[in-house]
Amino acid sequence: MAASSHTATDLDIVNVTKRFGSHAAVDDVTFSVAPGEFFSILGPSGCGKTTLMRMIAGFEHPTSGDIRIRSKSMIGVPANRRPVNMVFQSLALFPMMSVGENVAYGLTCRGVSRAEAEERAGRMLERVGLKGFGERRVTALSGGQRQRVAIARCLVLEPTLVLLDEPLGALDLKLREHMKIELKQLQGTFNTTFAYITHDQSEALVMSDRIAVMNQGRFEQVGSPRELYHSPATPFVASFVGETNRWQGQAASASNGAVAVRLSSGAVVQGQGSGAAQALAFVRPEAVALAQDQSSLANLPNRFEGRVSAVLFDGAASSLLIDTAGFAEPVRAVLPQAGPLAGIEVGAPIHVGWTADAMKVFAA
Amino acid sequence: MIAKPAQSLTLFLLLAPALLWLGLLIVLPHVEILILSFSERVAPRVYAFGFGNYLEFFTEPLYWRTFARTAFMSILVTALTLVLAFPIALYIARVAQGRLKAMLLLLCLLPFWVSELVRTLGWMILLRETGVISYALRAVGLASQPVELLYNDGAVILGLVYGGLLFMIVPLANALESLEPAVVEAGYDLGGSRWTVLRRIVIPHAMPGIVAGCIIVFMLTVGNFATPVLLGGKNGLWFTEQIYAQFITRFNWPQGAAFGMLLLLLSSAIVWLGLRLTGQSLGTTLKQA
Repeated sequence: MAASSHTATDLDIVNVTKRFGSHAAVDDVTFSVAPGEFFSILGPSGCGKTTLMRMIAGFEHPTSGDIRIRSKSMIGVPANRRPVNMVFQSLALFPMMSVGENVAYGLTCRGVSRAEAEERAGRMLERVGLKGFGERRVTALSGGQRQRVAIARCLVLEPTLVLLDEPLGALDLKLREHMKIELKQLQGTFNTTFAYITHDQSEALVMSDRIAVMNQGRFEQVGSPRELYHSPATPFVASFVGETNRWQGQAASASNGAVAVRLSSGAVVQGQGSGAAQALAFVRPEAVALAQDQSSLANLPNRFEGRVSAVLFDGAASSLLIDTAGFAEPVRAVLPQAGPLAGIEVGAPIHVGWTADAMKVFAA
Repeated sequence: MIAKPAQSLTLFLLLAPALLWLGLLIVLPHVEILILSFSERVAPRVYAFGFGNYLEFFTEPLYWRTFARTAFMSILVTALTLVLAFPIALYIARVAQGRLKAMLLLLCLLPFWVSELVRTLGWMILLRETGVISYALRAVGLASQPVELLYNDGAVILGLVYGGLLFMIVPLANALESLEPAVVEAGYDLGGSRWTVLRRIVIPHAMPGIVAGCIIVFMLTVGNFATPVLLGGKNGLWFTEQIYAQFITRFNWPQGAAFGMLLLLLSSAIVWLGLRLTGQSLGTTLKQA
């Protein structure tokens, strides 16, 4: 993070800590967000991500550390004077105002004349695809439309940074999928910096340029969605981001990053990582190769024979659970929807295998 | 089909107490008073239909001036009560939590455990020439002789505001409690000052509660008798005193009945005007109270 003094950044969080009594909700967090970036903070509920966001917005004050927006410290600056606007989890549209008044509200607060504020609000509504909705009551809008009003209300102020606090949480699945894409596109067209917090790893992976995975007040790892998914830095990231198989065991031998792990249930697997005595081994379901005979998996260091215990059909995300000798829990593998295995039934014998690279090993 | 008569009987029995209450205690006396107000005494013990009682009100300045004064003072009392109650309700609804909230509401309720008469006498003990405040003023040297704080408009307004406060705080606190905290935060986040958030978000949201509280306090104030009489004395000049005087002192029931009808018309007209001016409907307002 030392580079932040050379390259321009929109947001710098420097050693920020927030304590409630003796509990540190946010514990010495440092990161920077570049202009135009879509930055997500991903973590389970209670990890401190909402507290962190509320400190950036100005509703909470850090116990120690500094929050800088475009290199200007925000300590002591009240929420209504920060160049930051927030899309709330509940959206928090003003029910006593029309759609147009909601969008014009921030402008009139800045002293823009009523006529100009109305005109700019109208143009903003047009850009988010709500042309002609200005006179409507906010209660008369659908979930997706309300979402767009909440974002338009922020973007019309041309803020340095838009904060989004799980704004898709209240939407149904279909609309949520649609809004993910729409949000990403909106962010692209307005070229505004977005800081997005969520507990939904799919939202973070789909939309973000960079993601910070947060756990118990600390950042576990900051990186691009691909980095987090393919090279998790900690066991928490490995199990929280994406689906994964997770086994416990002891590292038997380690050399040059290659580790052999003897699982508590008996099997020995080959992986990559650190060779501590107590180890956790992770492998992604899509990295598990399936075959009906052993010969096609001959070149894989991890080869096992098992029996299908469950078929979890979910379209393209279908998977198999395979009871395998030497594993305490069944191996999860992605089930291809084409090819000889597409129609496989419970109880069928099957061979599984994966490369040593695909298996990440961490000290437990 | 067979169940129908039984059903309507059940419905009738269920409604009966309410209908009896309304009919016997409210509608019937008012009809009686209305009829009474149109009877004029033409000779001893001889009465005829006429508008004389109402004409008397407009021709005698004391009557209509007292009437206008009552209306004006009641509006003033309602406005003062609103201004005083709003911050209290805001605190109870938005700042106080759990036990403290219940405690504060109880504190507002506590004075109502004694009768209005006793409460007003309490104010008299504080305000009279030989009372607590007069004594305290002399003790600290702010006054050289006993100060009479009773029997003026200020004392009447004080007593009426005190009596109305609870009825304003409860509907206001109810209305303010339903305001989502995130909406207020959004108001600040988008650049609003405290004043802007109050004016454009908090007050519009609380409007049904404000109107409900104002109607209740206004009605109670206009129709109050004990407080203006005891705290205002001869200077009280409340319209209810005129009604009392006609019925009890002058024994002129038709005149008293006409005054009663006029007071009913006045309070209804002002409430209607208030609803029109604030753009609220009676339905949403009643839900809040």
